[in-house]
Amino acid sequence: MSSFSVTEPSPTQKWVAGTLVALYALVALMPLVWIIATGFKSPSDAIAYPPKLLFEPTVEGYVNLFTTQTRATPEALAANPPETWYERIVAENNQTIVGPSRFGERFLNSVIIGFGSTFLSVFLGTFAAYAFSRFKIPLKDDLLFFILSTRMMPPIAVAIPIFLMYRAAGLSDTHAGMILLYTAVNLSLSVWLLKGFIDEIPVEYEEAALIDGYTRFQAFWKVVLPQAATGIASTAIFCLIFAWNEYAFAVLLTSGQAQTAPPFIPTIIGIGGQDWPAVAAGATLFLLPVMVFTILLRKHLLRGITFGAVRK
Amino acid sequence: MAQIRINNLRKEFGAFTAVRSSTFTIEDGEFFMLLGPSGCGKTTTLRMMAGLELPTAGEIYIDGEEVAQKRASQRDIAFVFQMFALYPHMTVGGNIGYPLRSQGMSRADTKARVMEVAKILGIETMLAKPVGGLSSGDRQRVALGRAIVRRPKAFFMDEPLGALDAEFREHMAEELRALHDRMGATTVYVTHDQLEAMQMGDKIVVMNHGVVEQFGVPQDIYDWPATLFVANFIGSPPMNVLRFPGTVAAGDSRIDLGGVPVDVPVTREGASGDLVLGVRPEHVRLDDGAQYRGEVIAAEYLGTTQIVTLRTPHGEVKARLASDRVVRPGETTGLGFDARTLTVFRGTDGAALRSAANERVLGHG
Repeated sequence: MSSFSVTEPSPTQKWVAGTLVALYALVALMPLVWIIATGFKSPSDAIAYPPKLLFEPTVEGYVNLFTTQTRATPEALAANPPETWYERIVAENNQTIVGPSRFGERFLNSVIIGFGSTFLSVFLGTFAAYAFSRFKIPLKDDLLFFILSTRMMPPIAVAIPIFLMYRAAGLSDTHAGMILLYTAVNLSLSVWLLKGFIDEIPVEYEEAALIDGYTRFQAFWKVVLPQAATGIASTAIFCLIFAWNEYAFAVLLTSGQAQTAPPFIPTIIGIGGQDWPAVAAGATLFLLPVMVFTILLRKHLLRGITFGAVRK
Repeated sequence: MAQIRINNLRKEFGAFTAVRSSTFTIEDGEFFMLLGPSGCGKTTTLRMMAGLELPTAGEIYIDGEEVAQKRASQRDIAFVFQMFALYPHMTVGGNIGYPLRSQGMSRADTKARVMEVAKILGIETMLAKPVGGLSSGDRQRVALGRAIVRRPKAFFMDEPLGALDAEFREHMAEELRALHDRMGATTVYVTHDQLEAMQMGDKIVVMNHGVVEQFGVPQDIYDWPATLFVANFIGSPPMNVLRFPGTVAAGDSRIDLGGVPVDVPVTREGASGDLVLGVRPEHVRLDDGAQYRGEVIAAEYLGTTQIVTLRTPHGEVKARLASDRVVRPGETTGLGFDARTLTVFRGTDGAALRSAANERVLGHG
């Protein structure tokens, strides 16, 4: 046995690598920590200089995020004492709650539009990718290039025509309109990614299923799809991240009905002074779904990234 | 169980013709080998028989029924792929039972049939395992299990032993042949390995460049090759081919090999110009009295026999001799050929001339 190994790192190497990773994580996670911490600060702590690392946590920001308040005199508050814990928090700033904010519905819009367009992109993308991968299609290469070419400019470059088209078609400020738009933008990505994954699945599996008595669609559904799960999961994450974070089109095309969270969160600043904790609380909650979705699928995601490179 | 008849089968991929008008018949219960070098069209032929490729022209009859344009699932055949193609997301049992589930068989019946097949193959203890961790031999058995569980009319196998180690291949070949003998099902087997074909097959089709070169039982193909290609492809070392200019007429029983008369089986057709004499290494003997001379350049010891390479006026000739015959490189000796075993080929198209000896094999056409 030799103490030197090519594949196994030495303790020093491990230590150096560990330190570098920890340092990188610290830098990369700093903004995240900042946002999450600010969400639990009081407004004065949030703008304190130098920044407070230790502070008394409060959910004031979250209460402000979910409610609409108005100023109340101490006399009015005394006459009408706050009953619930969140009313008491607001009362300390001489405010009273007049109703819920619109954050909940904006968040729900984001969920509907983000997950809706992700589902559609992956669903249509899988079929298209399968067809491109397996069938003889006239002008296949040109079609694939054409699909990819929609990605060669920033989507916002076509903002004006889309704005006008949407207004004419009655799609402005509708959930269907936003789902359609994000699906259109994501579809090229999903077709190309998924085609790569399906190309990697040997065609013999389907041929075996065809001979075993299954139809082409059954072979696709029962044999190809389970093996493409990895690719579908990673594609879904990429599509969701785009649709979830999209800001420019959301600002341009939505206002009342179908507004998503990204254009809504900054508007919180304007409500009753610069309420940074409420903004930070909104941003924190906004991060959660993508984070949970990614963590749920992370095993697939990691396998998806190395797919093809090490497949036996 | 079925007879399979292939008639004028042809397949073109764009400008490339993979199979040109193949015709042969596979009898019920036969272990039939499609043999040829890679790219010769043997796999394409098999895939057309299975319904994985549509022929450009021609007919395929399975059990008397014309199926050339039918779906694979309607042909009631089983296919064993070279890379096994086991469904990776299923267990061993799931893989074997999968063809039955497509027929709507109940879970309980499927389970019973899967168990029965697993016992035949000796894999009944691994039914619950995922296929991922199996050795290649066990994967091969699972692939066979998936094929036999349906009791199909015929088995089609595309180089099923190609992915196995040489050592294990031998063992699997025997197992496969034993399985076939027990089940008696028509089996069509594609291989590029002539030894495998000779060892396992009841009948062999030799293909090259999309053309059927010869069709028959292994012994006939070995003894009486119909073309120079077959002479070269079959046998290890292959048949010696001695090119010479000359003329033979129908009824001759002697050729003139560079001034030396050589006895051959009585010819049934004539040819002139570029001719080729074909002789198997085991039919060459060293005979000091013989007129045809060669110089020993190498000897390769193989246990009971040795392969001796000689330089002759018509190129190198290999002779398979008993090991106890002492030969020294550099010595010049006479070469005798066993007259009853010789074949004369036309050099232009490589076809064997019909003679009294091979006309039974080559037919009268």
